[in-house]
Amino acid sequence: MGTGTGGDDSLYPIAVLIDELRNEDVQLRLNSIKKLSTIALALGVERTRTELLPFLTDTIYDEDEVLLALAEQLGSFTVLVGGPEFVHCLLPPLESLATVEETVVRDKAVESLRKISQEHSPVDLEVHFVPLVKRLASGDWFTSRTSACGLFGVCYPRVSSTVKAEIRQHFRTLCSDDTPMVRRAASSKLGEFAKVLELDYVKSDIIPLFTALASDEQDSVRLLAVEAGVSIAALLPQEDLEDLVMPTLRQAAEDKSWRVRYMVADKFSELQKAVGPEITKNDLVPAFQNLLKDCEAEVRTAAANKVKGEVLPEDSRETIIMTHILPCVKELVSDTNQHVKSALASVIMGLSTILGKDNTVEHLLPLFLVQLKDEYPEVRLNIISNLDCVNEVIGIRQLSQSLLPAIVELAEDAKWRVRLAIIEYMPLLAGQLGVEFFDEKLNSLCMAWLIDHVYAIREAATCNLMKLVEKFGAEWAQNTIVPKVLGMANDSNYLHRMTTLFCINALSEVCGQEITTKHMLPVVLKMSTDQVANVRFNVARCLQKIGPVLDSSALQAEVKPVLEKLATDQDMDVKYFALEAISGMYLFNLPTYIFSETFSFSSILFFFFSFSLSP
Amino acid sequence: MSSGCLFVLRGFLCLIIKDGNLSLFLRLLVPCSSPYEIYLFFNLVCDPADVISTVEFNQTGEFLATGDKGGRVVIFQREPQGEYNVYSTFQSHEPEFDYLKSLEIEEKINKIRWLPPHNPAHFLLSTNDKTVKLWKVSEKDKRAEGYNLRDEEGRLKDLSTITTLQVPVLRPMDLLVEASPRRVFANAHAYHINSISVNSDCETYLSADDLRINLWHLNITDRSFNIVDLKPENMEDLSEVITVAEFHPHHCHLLAFSSSTGTTRLCDMRARALCDQHAKLFEEAVDPSRRSFFSEIVSSVSDVKFSHSGRYLLTRDYLTVKVWDLNMENKPVETYQVHDYLQTKLCSLYESDCIFDKFECTWNGTDSVIMTGAYNNYFRMFDRASLRDVTLEASREVCKRRAVLQPRRVCVGKKRKETDVSVDSLDFRKKILHTAWHPKENIIAIAASNNLYIFQDRLTPNGHHNMPEIQSAPPK
Repeated sequence: MGTGTGGDDSLYPIAVLIDELRNEDVQLRLNSIKKLSTIALALGVERTRTELLPFLTDTIYDEDEVLLALAEQLGSFTVLVGGPEFVHCLLPPLESLATVEETVVRDKAVESLRKISQEHSPVDLEVHFVPLVKRLASGDWFTSRTSACGLFGVCYPRVSSTVKAEIRQHFRTLCSDDTPMVRRAASSKLGEFAKVLELDYVKSDIIPLFTALASDEQDSVRLLAVEAGVSIAALLPQEDLEDLVMPTLRQAAEDKSWRVRYMVADKFSELQKAVGPEITKNDLVPAFQNLLKDCEAEVRTAAANKVKGEVLPEDSRETIIMTHILPCVKELVSDTNQHVKSALASVIMGLSTILGKDNTVEHLLPLFLVQLKDEYPEVRLNIISNLDCVNEVIGIRQLSQSLLPAIVELAEDAKWRVRLAIIEYMPLLAGQLGVEFFDEKLNSLCMAWLIDHVYAIREAATCNLMKLVEKFGAEWAQNTIVPKVLGMANDSNYLHRMTTLFCINALSEVCGQEITTKHMLPVVLKMSTDQVANVRFNVARCLQKIGPVLDSSALQAEVKPVLEKLATDQDMDVKYFALEAISGMYLFNLPTYIFSETFSFSSILFFFFSFSLSP
Repeated sequence: MSSGCLFVLRGFLCLIIKDGNLSLFLRLLVPCSSPYEIYLFFNLVCDPADVISTVEFNQTGEFLATGDKGGRVVIFQREPQGEYNVYSTFQSHEPEFDYLKSLEIEEKINKIRWLPPHNPAHFLLSTNDKTVKLWKVSEKDKRAEGYNLRDEEGRLKDLSTITTLQVPVLRPMDLLVEASPRRVFANAHAYHINSISVNSDCETYLSADDLRINLWHLNITDRSFNIVDLKPENMEDLSEVITVAEFHPHHCHLLAFSSSTGTTRLCDMRARALCDQHAKLFEEAVDPSRRSFFSEIVSSVSDVKFSHSGRYLLTRDYLTVKVWDLNMENKPVETYQVHDYLQTKLCSLYESDCIFDKFECTWNGTDSVIMTGAYNNYFRMFDRASLRDVTLEASREVCKRRAVLQPRRVCVGKKRKETDVSVDSLDFRKKILHTAWHPKENIIAIAASNNLYIFQDRLTPNGHHNMPEIQSAPPK
């Protein structure tokens, strides 16, 4: 950095930042844009307004990520241009950003515009902001018109009634725009706009727009109107709902396009909440039954997710589910589509808490049993993963007869991801089924996973053992799993021998010092002479891992000699891990040797030589 | 070939201009007396990479894009005077190698589709066998000037002279057209992509390969939905492949796809997420007595185009073009013979693999005329109302500027007129596979090997025959 006589050193970093605004490297440009506030601060409010902002207004040729950062920065630039009085200076650059083709950039520009609209005084809003919204709304390109849709809502409440009328007119125009993109944008903002309108205008303006959009020729527009319908319904008084909103919503639930029906199914809970209990009971429940029987699997899947009917009126919830929903659910259990069944399986257990013990046993239990035997593993897994809901109501024992075969089958599934998923539920199952049942039926499965041919399964199996021991205690471990694990140390397959070491890694802490020293350590030490180097260096790693559990006499007398021997091993990796273990353990036991946090290989070597010479 | 050289072709003065990097640009002039005037671009050096593989006008007709075997896209812009000049050229696809399958992936552009206009820039999708790319072609006419630490030549300034900060200023500069890749839609096709089509909802498009059709969102590159899958569990049961797929021009839920068995299916995406079950099947019953070994091969549909009105479907098979009314599935409303005289030559065409050529077909802007290519650099036009048809030739010999194309006649057996061409003398290596029609005017683009011919109806009322006789070079 130069130190000239006339130059100002403090300018240098800023000068670099400004120059990098147009560097060829995107990353540097991006960095500069992210520090735009620093630049603006150095330039002062006056030059920011007169020089920096005009330059930024025209830089919309840049990469998306730069534009995105710029759009975001400008949203919090008010102070840097001189406060609310001058906030309208930010409109030109944001206006040009609101017309770029990249949706994320446009959305961010709109977000920033919404933010700074709040900083406009009511007068400025009408003088500067509203004209911008109008320009965007009547722009040649659909990009600017879509951006306009998101801005009506923020200025409407703060302008005079004549301007309000103009804004409503612009919104109406956009709702019947030629391009589907603009109609989609208008459709998705309809609900938001309705919220800021006076109730009379909601009825006179929004309802016709909603009806028109909900019967648009493009299903991508219609499906967005469903969501708007939810917001609008929440705004209207109960007595108007039937006339103004319900016909359209009913029509949407029976739309020709599955995507629209899907949307109705997906938004069903919100819809129920918006229209209230009375209409729900009379109107939505039959509609929901149809959605559950829809010919398109995607729709049934979305509907199946909602069978719990969280927002049904408290008093009649049980009866509605029993009389109207349950018959459909019974059919869905044997649906032809696996996604439908698996969506159902993930929520069906939740019904038991609503229906109570007797109904669950009588009606739901048979369904659970059918799903537990489903041909698709995902369905069975979803049932098993939600067992806790049933457990609270009827106890898991009711299910155990069917549960077991299902678990065994999943445990032996050909797809390793399925096996992995069921392993993850083992601790949960163990907790609910109790130790005797577990020992009797499931223990052998857990042991079998240890010798699975997929590493991820063996790894999950070791982790599972640890969680089981946490549940059932060290004594149980010593009697049931430790002997089996240790037995594998003599296996002819080195991968299985390594699994023993991995299990010991996981179990030593939960089993405690006694079991570790008495039972595990001898086996580990014995394996240090294994002919496979991978086993040997895992012995070193294992010793390091269990070191903290052992007492110092065992460390000195048994572990140290073995590690020293491994440190002279022919194999480089074995040496490396042995040295790492030694250094790690001395860090633990001999506080005089202090290593820097990031010790390098050479420092370990150095230490090792001095160590081996000293005795 | 140096730029701007003059030379004489068949006694007429021509100007050949070497355009920036690939194609030579030639315009000729001649007295006129038939319906089509000519401009043409072509490449004198016959590099296989220059063979044009697709031609497409944009929605307004102001731009014309071509793709070639070398993976390049060339965009032509219509000047105010009416002729098309090179606007932008860019390399869309590069040759690749799939290491997992040990397959070479050609860079050849199979299809180009323009997106409806978004903003002042232009957007198009281009695809090779595996990957679809979204390109933005934009203009830049301003440049930032003024660095703090360097002068305009890039030399570092003496830091002691820096006493104030300078904000860059934008100044006008020569127009620069840039093409930048905006999205890459890859890894969704196991087979070769034969079609792409943008949906009228303007947010989705489809890509079709031999067995599957995928639906993409234009903003999402890492996910696509498979909507049609013809792949049988056992590949030995394979009986048909998808040859073309296209969306309906107005109804966002309708798409048509055709197969190698000569059928075209219409699917309604409203009915189901998976469109394996069609809504309509357009198929003409074949007279069993006329069945031969070649029946199925020649009935394979090589192109499908919805009419601009959306009411009709145009399909091209090896020997005919057919117009189907969407409301009538059992037979086409119109059938036009493209080159019926080849009926007797199918055997030799089979041996030379020509029988598998995929000819495209196109509608004019008002759906009243149909155009499709043929052999010997001939192309055919059919007027649907008058049922008149014409065979024209696009070749360098006949394409003189402002010349009027003379109709050609192919005769079987003895020549009746001097100008008749006998079937045996047709050149099957010269074929016109790709054609495009301006969406509003009677301007057509014909790709013949590495030549692009643009013809214009001389009767269009905007004074094209008063053009300057020799035109200046396109912008470099």
